[in-house]
Amino acid sequence: MMRFLSNLWIACALALCSQVSLAQFRIEVAGVGLTQVPVTVAPFRGQDALTQKISDIVLADLERSGQFRSILSPVSSLDESTKPELSALRQAGADALAAGSVSKLADGRFDVRFRLWDVVNGQDLGGQGFAVNALDLRVAAHRVADYIYEKLTGDKGVFSTRIAYITKVGARYQLWVADADGENAQSALASPEPIISPAWSPDGNQLAYVSFESRKPVIYVHNVSTGKRRLIANFKGSNSAPAWSPDGKTLAVTLSRDGGSQLFLLSASGGEPRRLIQSNSIDTEPAFSPDGQSIFFVSDRGGSPQIYKVSVTGLGVQRVTFTGTYNISPAISSDGRWMAYISRMGGAFKLHVMEMASGTSTAITETSADESPGFSPNSKLLLFATQLQGREALMTSTLDGKVKARLNGQGGDIREPHWGPFFKP
Amino acid sequence: MKHLVAMCFAVVFLTACGTSVPLNDVPVVDVTANSVQGSDANGTGVNGTGVTPVDLGKTTASADASAESRTVYFDYDSFVIKPEFQSLIAAQVRVAKAQPTRKLAIEGHTDETGGREYNLALGQKRADAVRNAMAILGVPQSQMESVSFGKEKPAVTGKDEAAYAKNRRAEIRYQ
Repeated sequence: MMRFLSNLWIACALALCSQVSLAQFRIEVAGVGLTQVPVTVAPFRGQDALTQKISDIVLADLERSGQFRSILSPVSSLDESTKPELSALRQAGADALAAGSVSKLADGRFDVRFRLWDVVNGQDLGGQGFAVNALDLRVAAHRVADYIYEKLTGDKGVFSTRIAYITKVGARYQLWVADADGENAQSALASPEPIISPAWSPDGNQLAYVSFESRKPVIYVHNVSTGKRRLIANFKGSNSAPAWSPDGKTLAVTLSRDGGSQLFLLSASGGEPRRLIQSNSIDTEPAFSPDGQSIFFVSDRGGSPQIYKVSVTGLGVQRVTFTGTYNISPAISSDGRWMAYISRMGGAFKLHVMEMASGTSTAITETSADESPGFSPNSKLLLFATQLQGREALMTSTLDGKVKARLNGQGGDIREPHWGPFFKP
Repeated sequence: MKHLVAMCFAVVFLTACGTSVPLNDVPVVDVTANSVQGSDANGTGVNGTGVTPVDLGKTTASADASAESRTVYFDYDSFVIKPEFQSLIAAQVRVAKAQPTRKLAIEGHTDETGGREYNLALGQKRADAVRNAMAILGVPQSQMESVSFGKEKPAVTGKDEAAYAKNRRAEIRYQ
């Protein structure tokens, strides 16, 4: 069980921060005209005794979402049961206040409680309480942030979801499952050979990925809580690029068994793959649309890699990207409104977001080696891999690119992120 | 410890989905009341949303001095076998034909630029090109398997064209 210090540096200027090296900042805010809710998260009573400062974790979550900015509490000694002095908070510019406490129970666990206030209207927006083991104080803090986010934006928060990513340290590759802020990482798989393309099953219990442990790429489905792994594609040649259908019953995969890299559909329980489409070109990187009816993919059938889509029956191939000569790695937001992908511009590989309805694309990063984009389950944030000062790093970004954060994680190179779904009981 | 974590994740996830109940009425969750099944050495039997680690150990592969005589290098964004590698391929065909029961893996690689999965497909094209060249010279397809490592296993590290040129390759390996 590894834990990491959270070290939050905030670039507070709302002006042109993009010239400043990203690596210095955990959260970068760029651009003017952002509408962010000013919120005060008071230090939780009792958190001074803990290494995990609940209010810091909550604030970092809220700021990373791009929808909030922090207002330091003008009032001290607040908790969930005090009626706060709203006029002082209003004066400080806060629209909302979260205050709470953490206390140790007789059995060694911690009781985390909080209450949210609408400062403008003087309204009590409710609260929650959790009794958790010391190791789960972060989870409790993420739940607090989810509550605040949902109450104040109307959208479901994603702070208590999980992400997967891969690290390479020396000759050792590891697949990690971490909190959505990259912290609290737990190792799911350690291997002397590369692991790529982890993909969460829609129920959040399993990861499909490509492993080279048998000296060729094969696809496993791995139950992260039990550690049980199933080899579901080990055909002659290369097996890669697993993508789950939204119902979790089918995986789209790339197989070279019949010649060339071609797309197939495979039952999640294994068995004989069914060819999706046939071509003489490279077809790879399938991604299902949220309705499960279409599959986006990358093909060089037109002479350069571009993104196409095809119905799940294999009929009606349509080209989706038309600008540039290298467009790869499509990911579709769960609300179906956006496609994230990587486009080569000059020598740089840059994350782009396309609005599906209009077809309008925007490059949203200042970095030049972006890879493996994906959306948060509420479609509001992007998670991607890039390079910062020569090292591989993970970042989140709002869809407009205005608020970005570098995720903490393991030492060494960190790559291949994939954001898991909302937890479904 | 891990089981506790699993359990706590499960409990927090299950219970924290609550709505805006007044705090006084908030049901405080009793984590220890949940029992977790014991687990064996392989880490099976844990329920919930914790993570059981799996370790595949250390690699057993070692460097091979004869690699250069079995490696075909490619130009940028190319899958064409250059004329200077025809004699290397012919020599490997003779080796393969002399040992018809010995399987060959042809492993395609790319340089580090571009996406991992797309590079996997590009490396596959290089491996396929070498496999097809050997097939034309009489090595049965059933004796060969072409696979790709994409950009995952560079021969040399480095961020310049000299390094990239060394990494755009297909290696013929006897099993």
